[in-house]
Amino acid sequence: MNAGTGNSGNHHLIELQGVTKVYGGGGASMEALRGIDLKIEEGEFVSVMGPSGSGKSTCMNILGCLDTPTSGAYSFKGIEVGGLSRDQRALLRRYYLGFVFQGFNLLNRTSALENVELPLIYRGLPAAERSKRALRALETVGLRGWETHAPAELSGGQQQRVAIARAMVTEPVLLLADEPTGNLDSARSREIMELLTTLNEERGITIVMVTHDSRMASYAKRTVHFLDGLIHSEEDNGKGP
Amino acid sequence: MLWETILLALREIRRNVMRSSLTILGIVIGVAAVITMVTLGGGATEQVTSDVSSLGSNLLEVRPGQGGRGPGGIRSTGEMFEQEDAEAIAREIPGLAAVAPNATASTQAILGNENWSTSVIGSTNAYLQVRTWSLQSGRRFTDNELRSGKAVCILGDTVRKELFGGQESLNDTIRLGRISFRVIGLLEAKGQSSFGTDQDDFVLIPLRTFHRRIAGNTDVGAISISAQDGVATAGVERDIERLMRERRRIQSGEEDDFHVRDMEELVNTLTGTTRVLTALVGAVAAVSLLVGGIGIMNIMLVSVTERTREIGTRLAIGALERDVLMQFLVESVVLSSFGGVVGIVLGLTLAAIGAHVLSVPFVLNLGIVAVAFLFSGAVGVVFGYFPARKAARLHPIEALRHE
Repeated sequence: MNAGTGNSGNHHLIELQGVTKVYGGGGASMEALRGIDLKIEEGEFVSVMGPSGSGKSTCMNILGCLDTPTSGAYSFKGIEVGGLSRDQRALLRRYYLGFVFQGFNLLNRTSALENVELPLIYRGLPAAERSKRALRALETVGLRGWETHAPAELSGGQQQRVAIARAMVTEPVLLLADEPTGNLDSARSREIMELLTTLNEERGITIVMVTHDSRMASYAKRTVHFLDGLIHSEEDNGKGP
Repeated sequence: MLWETILLALREIRRNVMRSSLTILGIVIGVAAVITMVTLGGGATEQVTSDVSSLGSNLLEVRPGQGGRGPGGIRSTGEMFEQEDAEAIAREIPGLAAVAPNATASTQAILGNENWSTSVIGSTNAYLQVRTWSLQSGRRFTDNELRSGKAVCILGDTVRKELFGGQESLNDTIRLGRISFRVIGLLEAKGQSSFGTDQDDFVLIPLRTFHRRIAGNTDVGAISISAQDGVATAGVERDIERLMRERRRIQSGEEDDFHVRDMEELVNTLTGTTRVLTALVGAVAAVSLLVGGIGIMNIMLVSVTERTREIGTRLAIGALERDVLMQFLVESVVLSSFGGVVGIVLGLTLAAIGAHVLSVPFVLNLGIVAVAFLFSGAVGVVFGYFPARKAARLHPIEALRHE
């Protein structure tokens, strides 16, 4: 990884400049993003809101280095992501990013512990170190004693907590959460949001979260509203850094 | 990392035991067929070869009458040979090591109260050379004994055991029918031939003695010949046929009233048969491996589709294309190698049972075991590559959205 020029003090963690994304070609093409400018600093907790089709998921995919902009620039830690190969982007995800999905995306038929260990395997950690760190992560999310349970044996809230443990076990710089509470009731949702807030405040993990629910969005310090492929408005939730 | 991948593959395979077992069945059958056939074929070849070399190397046999091919297919209707025929062969045909005219009759060997039905063969010392007999004690015939037809004999090991048991037998006298013979030599035992006959059950006496005392004529029932090392027996066979046709005044167009049997030919026929069988089974095995490979490809494609979301998750958390490729490739190689191992075990078991039933030796051919194992692994690589590449090339976003 050719870490960008200069130190992080001169750079925003995330900087989107005139990012567009067009799906398909010719007459059937669809503009999902029509020129996004967005800056996110290290340690921020940003929520992203907007109706379906507003481009917020596309934006998350680009932020997560899962997709590349059609035009415009995305720099992450000063690295121009658009110029990276597929494998280079995978390494970026491996070493700096963590993902939490709406559908949890845990591996079935493997234990909670093994799920949390998975990203550490790709980092090439020895087995003993892996299970030590995975156990610690599970403890952080309050699932001590549930290590050997398969996802199917856990409630939705517990599953999402396993997923959060998996995302944070590598101590990522940026955690991307795509509707993490979308499948949970309000009590479980509050627990998850409190967990994310703790991770953000105590560990300094930058979090970008997509949500439909303004109550969840209010946990973040800043909310970005998407509409028709553009950033419609931003609001500060009064918890500024 | 590789070890992790193998463990992961084993776990995935264990999850679908039934499906995995059915998938590898083609490979199991193919490998087992090859292992069984090659092992049994090797045993049969070894047995035939050792039998024939105990019979005598480069052995040719001239017998009267038209011969069918193979053992027991001989109809002796032609006129017998004379000793001069053997002398003419020895004199006129190049490349021969020994020529032994011989005649056989059945007889009773008697010593005191012991009485044993056996055969008596009249021949010369050349017979020992041609049939690769060696003496365990005593001596061969002297020229004088051969020329004047002395009543001396050399005993095969079975006859010695039946008459003398453990007692000293050299220089003792036994009776063959009504005539007394002095024992001058004892032969080393050779044991049973592959056709189940006891090779040690005979008494050898000088041909002259046989003619005068036993047969009362001068017929030579067979001429055993060994060619020198490195001489093609096929050429010798042609030379003998030409010479004998001349001596027996057979007009061109008429059929031979004798035949030459070539042991090397017999071996070649037998080993050729096993080779053809092995090749046939090999072809069946190749088809079986191909079908097995396609089965593995099919199951791997199903597996990739079933696990699309898992692949998406892995890609999202930082798996490289080659990590995913390796994961699925290792899975299919482990699967097919496992089929190979099961096939090897099954094949060796069947071969051991077959060897016992057919009473041929069990010859473990480690080379073919290694080849079979490598081949089954290679099937996994070849047929697992396409599904694994399909998995590795999945777009993470689409894979994550997959239901």
